[in-house]
Amino acid sequence: MVEIIVENLFFKYPDAEKYALKNINFSIRGGESIAILGENGAGKTTLAKNLNGLLKPTKGSVKIDGVDTRSLSVAKIARKIGFVCHNPDHQFFAETVEEEIKFGLKNFGFQENEIEKSLSEVLKTFGLEEYRHRSPFQLSGGEKKRLAIASIIVWRPELLILDEPTIGMDYAQRLNIQNVLKNLVSEGKSIIVITHDVDFAANICNRAIVLSGGEVVGDGCLRKLLSDPEVVNRASLRKPFIIELEEETGFSGIDEDFDSISEYLIKVFHKCHS
Amino acid sequence: MNVVDLRNVSFRYTGSEKEVLSNISLKIEEGESVLITGPSGCGKSTIARIIMGLIPHSYSGDLRGEAYVFGMNILENPVSRIATRCGIVFQNPANQLFTFSVEDDVAFGPENLALPPEDIRRRVDESIRLVGIEHLRYSSPNSLSGGEQQKAAIASILSMHPSIIVFDEPTSMLDPSSSISLIQSIFRLKENLEEKGSKITLIIIEHRISLLLDHVSRIVVISDGRIVLDGEPMTVLYESFKKRIPINIPPVLQIYFRIKDKCGLEKPPKNLKELFSYLREEVKHG
Ligand SMILES: Nc1ncnc2c1ncn2[C@@H]1O[C@H](COP(=O)(O)OP(=O)(O)OP(=O)(O)O)[C@@H](O)[C@H]1O
Ligand SMILES: Nc1ncnc2c1ncn2[C@@H]1O[C@H](COP(=O)(O)OP(=O)(O)OP(=O)(O)O)[C@@H](O)[C@H]1O
Ligand SMILES: [Mg+2]
Ligand SMILES: [Mg+2]
Repeated sequence: MVEIIVENLFFKYPDAEKYALKNINFSIRGGESIAILGENGAGKTTLAKNLNGLLKPTKGSVKIDGVDTRSLSVAKIARKIGFVCHNPDHQFFAETVEEEIKFGLKNFGFQENEIEKSLSEVLKTFGLEEYRHRSPFQLSGGEKKRLAIASIIVWRPELLILDEPTIGMDYAQRLNIQNVLKNLVSEGKSIIVITHDVDFAANICNRAIVLSGGEVVGDGCLRKLLSDPEVVNRASLRKPFIIELEEETGFSGIDEDFDSISEYLIKVFHKCHS
Repeated sequence: MNVVDLRNVSFRYTGSEKEVLSNISLKIEEGESVLITGPSGCGKSTIARIIMGLIPHSYSGDLRGEAYVFGMNILENPVSRIATRCGIVFQNPANQLFTFSVEDDVAFGPENLALPPEDIRRRVDESIRLVGIEHLRYSSPNSLSGGEQQKAAIASILSMHPSIIVFDEPTSMLDPSSSISLIQSIFRLKENLEEKGSKITLIIIEHRISLLLDHVSRIVVISDGRIVLDGEPMTVLYESFKKRIPINIPPVLQIYFRIKDKCGLEKPPKNLKELFSYLREEVKHG
């Protein structure tokens, strides 16, 4: 478990005139699944980098398990808080896919047999087995993204922050990532997903933190926030498909499972037709 | 006229055993808007690289078959010549920005085309406005957010007014309203240029089919290095559904395809509201 407390956080990039983050306050406990949503330039990536110590607050504080990030090393934080950055090319440095995945494990002192076991597990989960010996830079866009996630998830951080995890994913892989992340949460780990894919967010996250222009404009139940037209408009979002569906059918707590949704509709609307 | 003409093209990257494209034949007419989609790793970006001549000139490998762009054989023409007619927005836009300001990046293409300064200025203004980054004009590309970089990369290609534009996942980092307005802007630009007499061909690689469904006249589905479907969008989507090709069929169509026969629906709905109003109509009259 990891607990993060963000208090009166302001952040300004060195050469910038304006603050990228203004007076941010929230806290995160174990076992949470949070989406950070908001328009392009809202400050999502900047916030994520403040949570894992890559950036330090200009004013205010971020505390990880009670300790200010200013007095923690990035490596030390990374053991607890894994960060998958939006551009995989910025993350890769190893010669092969396999080495890329092993790096974190070796770095954090995992045993050799554990390393081999975890490696083969994630290669399988993320469908990367056949690329094992290839350079990370010679993969397709979606394959790179999967490797970026695999090489962080492999050391099982307490909190996993993913910046735009569904870029380049086809339908099957998006479902797969969805399941992988749900499993993490059910094991008591936390996830933070930064995404423009509101359907993906609605499928896996309970809570949303909505940013706009560097400020938090909503923090709470994701479905509630994304049903609020004011929040949706302000942060250039879109109502997720399942919420639209709930509104049309009058049901709540629907899962995005097209087979059962369709079966239900056929049951309701079929008899009158035939 | 076919502005893109791939004839039995196969390709294998150096160092890889597998053929990533197998016997692809693809003709695209001048002025067409084509969506290319397919599972991750199926070869979409590789096709884009061939159209641009980056394969074989910048990526090594074993290329077979013939490929023509505006009648130019890509084997015999340097990338720089193809690039005067054909622009590409790469899947990773960060790789495409290399100057110190957004404005300079957007001006780079038209400057290379040796246009008069006032034309360059007009095109830079127009492109920056189309993607909605006026406020970032003088910013350094390194200090932009992911989505802002993607918009800048798109502007830097639009400013060249290429006759063919290949977009490799142009909206992957854009927020939902920017995605919609960007696609509208691109198609508006196409119309505007066509009114002035220049035909524009758009080739858009996207996983997010729902964004483009109203705009394209043709969808090509690639799977495992082969063209498996090619034709009218709704027909192609229905076939993909039946064949279980894992592409991102819009959710409302996912439901429509499953229930249309049993519920007696004839017309594909544009959104959920429409689906439900069709269903209620059926109940009333059926
Ligand atoms: N290195 C930097 N230097 C100066 N300003 C920056 C830098 N990186 C980002 N910014 C600015 O800070 C603001 C927030 O950027 P951030 O990357 O956090 O946005 P975001 O919400 O992640 O957007 P996107 O959805 O486009 O990725 C933007 O206005 C951006 O232009
Ligand atoms: N430089 C390279 N060297 C060797 N193999 C490569 C290289 N680039 C891509 N490949 C392989 O070629 C296949 C097709 O890649 P391509 O990038 O064309 O896929 P894509 O359809 O664009 O996928 P995505 O949607 O994930 O971007 C993939 O299996 C990939 O691993
Ligand atoms: Mg970002
Ligand atoms: Mg690609």
